Amino acid sequence: MCGIVGLYLKKKKLHNKLGFYLSGMLDNMSSRGPDSAGFAIYNNKQSKKYYKYSLCLNKILSSELEQDIKKIFKDIIIKNISDHVVVYTSATPKKFISYIQRNFSKISLVGYGRSIEIFKQVGNPKEIVKKFKLEKFSGSHAVGHTRMATESAITVDGSHPYSTGEDECLVHNGSLSNHNNLRRQLIKQGKNFDSFNDTEVAAGYISQKLSENQSMKKTLTECLTDLDGFYTFIAGTNKGFAVLRDEIACKPAVIAENNDYVAVASEFQAMAHLPYVNKSNIYEPKPGVVYTWGK
Amino acid sequence: MGKIEDLDFKKSSLRKINNFLQNINYKNNKRDFTLKNPNGHHAVCAGLTENISVNIKGHVGYYCGGMNQKAHITINGNAGTGLGENMMSGLIHVKGNASQSAGATAHGGTIIVDGDASSRCGISMKGVDIIIKGSVGHMSGFMAQSGTLLICGDAGEALGDSIYETVIYLAGKPKSLGVDCVEKKMNKKDMKKIEDLLKTGKIKNLKANNFKKFGSERKLYNFNIDNISDY
Repeated sequence: MCGIVGLYLKKKKLHNKLGFYLSGMLDNMSSRGPDSAGFAIYNNKQSKKYYKYSLCLNKILSSELEQDIKKIFKDIIIKNISDHVVVYTSATPKKFISYIQRNFSKISLVGYGRSIEIFKQVGNPKEIVKKFKLEKFSGSHAVGHTRMATESAITVDGSHPYSTGEDECLVHNGSLSNHNNLRRQLIKQGKNFDSFNDTEVAAGYISQKLSENQSMKKTLTECLTDLDGFYTFIAGTNKGFAVLRDEIACKPAVIAENNDYVAVASEFQAMAHLPYVNKSNIYEPKPGVVYTWGK
Repeated sequence: MGKIEDLDFKKSSLRKINNFLQNINYKNNKRDFTLKNPNGHHAVCAGLTENISVNIKGHVGYYCGGMNQKAHITINGNAGTGLGENMMSGLIHVKGNASQSAGATAHGGTIIVDGDASSRCGISMKGVDIIIKGSVGHMSGFMAQSGTLLICGDAGEALGDSIYETVIYLAGKPKSLGVDCVEKKMNKKDMKKIEDLLKTGKIKNLKANNFKKFGSERKLYNFNIDNISDY
């Protein structure tokens, strides 16, 4: 099953409500995915100064990380949120990621970029939303996921959103059947994968295309021929997000759009709490059609 | 048993509301009910068995009016997947759009959708009359067995794939017809049926002769040895 949600705020004055709205959306989708949950928040506040690295500590103490990290990198800010930390630093991904991989192999990097922050955890989404204090987050847009595990284990590694590129993320409702083949092809092209999950492969596929300067619209259109299986995707970048349903369209999605925001979710009940939603333009995304929002 | 003012999802649970509507006390002589704040809940008004009318103020989730008998349900909003699934009789009127599989396996009664219905509308329907004032998505009328599907707009890919004896009346164009679905000649009985359905749906901008009739070519009914390589 799984539940996916996305919220894009068109007006700056609403940005401080992003986390509050999204937490309600994830809460209402816990019935579709009780095993784990995660979300990606896009916030450009300090994007010129810092890179942000979202790390899941996996029982490593944050003080241990902080001590070590401050010896190597200057101008470091560490934000602790439940079992995750977000490290703000001017250090480039190449330097920072290889440092973490070498010195803290148990820590998993769940995402990085100039505006993205990602958090994911195993357990009931209602609890996870509280643990991360999602309602306090602000930003321009966000995507989230509640997981009912089907083809890989219930672990943080198996949870969405998947981020396989700078400021990129993907959430997925469905299952892919050709992910093993595609994973092998992408590994040959130099991509790394941390799990055996099908969605991570789709995320890697999209990142690969975007890194070749291909547009999101074209990339997702090509998913229709290259990805075999069932899917509703929400793919996020620092600019906004895009939605795609496969052509058979077994996996649901509904969109509500008005002057203030665009909300996407697996079911309407995920957005029933949003302001003026009943006066919005509400529709289902058509099968095989790419929808994008953003700057 | 709750009172009429309890039919509000902000004040009561789905189970309580459905339980109340499924066990109407006739001595109260009350037949009309309003349901507030459905907020996309699933299975709203499922399993009603009495001749009551329920006016739902908002959008509903999956399987609204499922298994309905006799009740008249009006939805002032959109409906999720499986609207009126396995309905036996009565009427469901959606003033917005309906999602996938509207009227799936429904045996009787009438479903009216003022907007569009998405894919697989009337899948495996078994006698219901479905009136769609907008368009329908792909695979509509898939394996439909009996009843009538009237579509005022267009139809998506593979309309009436593997259809049995349901009759489809379409005013717009199908993107493609499914296997074993063909256009058929209209007769007087068809014209009468369409006129009745247009009246039921209060549709005034179309007339019976705006529609084309589609149904089964009946070539899939029996095993054909020439098709053995397709299995």
